[in-house]
Amino acid sequence: MEFSLTKRQKMIRKITREFSEEYIAPVAEESDQTSQLDPKVFEIMKKMKYFGTCIPKEYGGAGLQDDTISFCIVTEEIGRIDASWSITTGVHCSVCAYPIYIYGTDDQKDRFLVDLATGEKLGAFALTEANAGSDAGGVQLTAVKDGDEYILNGSKIFATNGGIAETLLVVTTTGQKGRRKELTIFIVDTNTPGYSVGVREDKLGVRASNTSELVFQDVRVPEENILGKVGQGFRLGMQILDYGRILMAAQCVGLGQACLEASIKYANERVQFGQKIGRFQGIQWKIADMATAVESSRLLTYKAAYKCDIGEDYGHAGAMAKLVASESAMQAAHDAVQIHGGYGLMKAYDVERYFRDAKMAEIYEGTSEIQRYVIANHLLRKGF
Amino acid sequence: MKIFVCIKQVPGVSEVKIDPETNTLVREGIPSIINPMDKNGIELALELKEKYGAETIGISMGPPQAEEALREALAMGLDETYLLTDRAFAGADTLATSHTLSLAIKKLLENYGERDNYLVICGTQAIDGDTAQVGPEVAEELGIPQITYVQKFEIRDDKVIVERAFRGEEVVIIETKLPVLVSVLRDLNEPRYPTLDGIVDSYEKEVKYLNHEDIEAVKKNIGLVGSQTEVWRIFVPKRKGEHIILEGSIEERVSELCQKLKEDKLI
Repeated sequence: MEFSLTKRQKMIRKITREFSEEYIAPVAEESDQTSQLDPKVFEIMKKMKYFGTCIPKEYGGAGLQDDTISFCIVTEEIGRIDASWSITTGVHCSVCAYPIYIYGTDDQKDRFLVDLATGEKLGAFALTEANAGSDAGGVQLTAVKDGDEYILNGSKIFATNGGIAETLLVVTTTGQKGRRKELTIFIVDTNTPGYSVGVREDKLGVRASNTSELVFQDVRVPEENILGKVGQGFRLGMQILDYGRILMAAQCVGLGQACLEASIKYANERVQFGQKIGRFQGIQWKIADMATAVESSRLLTYKAAYKCDIGEDYGHAGAMAKLVASESAMQAAHDAVQIHGGYGLMKAYDVERYFRDAKMAEIYEGTSEIQRYVIANHLLRKGF
Repeated sequence: MKIFVCIKQVPGVSEVKIDPETNTLVREGIPSIINPMDKNGIELALELKEKYGAETIGISMGPPQAEEALREALAMGLDETYLLTDRAFAGADTLATSHTLSLAIKKLLENYGERDNYLVICGTQAIDGDTAQVGPEVAEELGIPQITYVQKFEIRDDKVIVERAFRGEEVVIIETKLPVLVSVLRDLNEPRYPTLDGIVDSYEKEVKYLNHEDIEAVKKNIGLVGSQTEVWRIFVPKRKGEHIILEGSIEERVSELCQKLKEDKLI
């Protein structure tokens, strides 16, 4: 068993950390307040290939498709500074670009993947609807065959990157299979007539990340845009989410790490009752628990990524990682605010933002309850 | 055109932490970095390559762990890198270092079959030793002109036109030809970050190692033996004066700070 990172992984961490601290950190607070991602950061991240981390170089990506641990490190380091950015790149890469690379046809890769991997176009994955989310099978957005096209009608909500994406993976229902709906995923170019962006949500956390309603009114999509085959939507959708979860776990590791670092710094500076508050056991225990939880999350996350890289089934490992990492980040943020006292409630301190961002993570990309369901389902069916 | 960039790996002193219990430097986990001005040198080499076409070569003398710095230089985009590493190089002062670097450059020029069509770029100084001697000494060893404190660099036809910072605010514009050695300042450019694919590529390349035999160095001229200076003592300067931590709202703190700066006649 080898716990150390490769030299390449270490360099990826070092460079991503330096970049995030230099370019993202100075604008993170403003991005949160204005709910806008900084366009200058966007441009540099495109050049640095953060929109194509897990895509091969031949499609304009970074070439780390077989190194999910590196993808985790990238997401963790960006998430350590600003979760709005790590969710934007994480979702774009893991649940839009990567599925096209894995399940797409050569033609689909030529038409969509290069623009995604180079960041020329942003991607999103649209599953959730008013009556479907945790219950993915409840999708009501219909795709009806008409000649060699399908006509899409319905709407999606809470789509991360939705309002600014130009390439979407849309989960639709194409009919009924016994008692269940038949689901099919389409790759949709947002320039297609009939498509429009609805409400942009005003959220508690990851505020700079775009979360929007997507509206489809007689949107005609050629059948060549079906990802996989008709009827494979549920299975592919679950597999896509399995992969995405590892990255969301990585983002939470970064967020938990940020809480830990801020708490250590503050505990070593703040003086009350004539001594630094870090000398009080009440603070020490919080910091010790926070560090332990963050490290546990990191190990589970890298383990899930490792299983993915060696071709093992990683579904429940990813769910465990996402569950532990998001709940650890929430607890870490809770304690970080507590350690900061009154200052922790103020927008001038980063921990106030971390607290709001962490709560989001327990809900998006599969709630904690759904993660437990995935884990239990695996154990009860397949054993440990 | 061949462009040689001299690169030094230094401790990232901006990240030095002080242990609050013992008030000593925390050395553990201090990352090594490419000397910041050398990064400007790498950036200049890459820009010249993109504009005029050139082969860019990074050279460093140091222990095997300096490979990390050269790997990063490859990730930024240099074509090749050489690490001069040998126990015989250890303990070198600036003179022995320059001698070693220049022997390597001569050897590589010979291998390339190149005589005059080359440029050597150094950072003006390293943030650890701060001597600013290696660049000029390498130029002397190579017997080529040197321009130090370079803040702007251009090639027009076969002429090299350089702006040199001089006595604070003055600027000297110098025209010369290749070969030349320039030592560059941080104002010259904004070094690029390695891209993720650049990092991936850099691990598909090789950082080549050279020892004293490879560059035909004579032992009496290199390392500690070849050094003319000796370090007598290294110490961390004592902190002078007391520090004050201001409390209150941002507005209160700023006005208090301004008041104090005025009192001390600093503004």
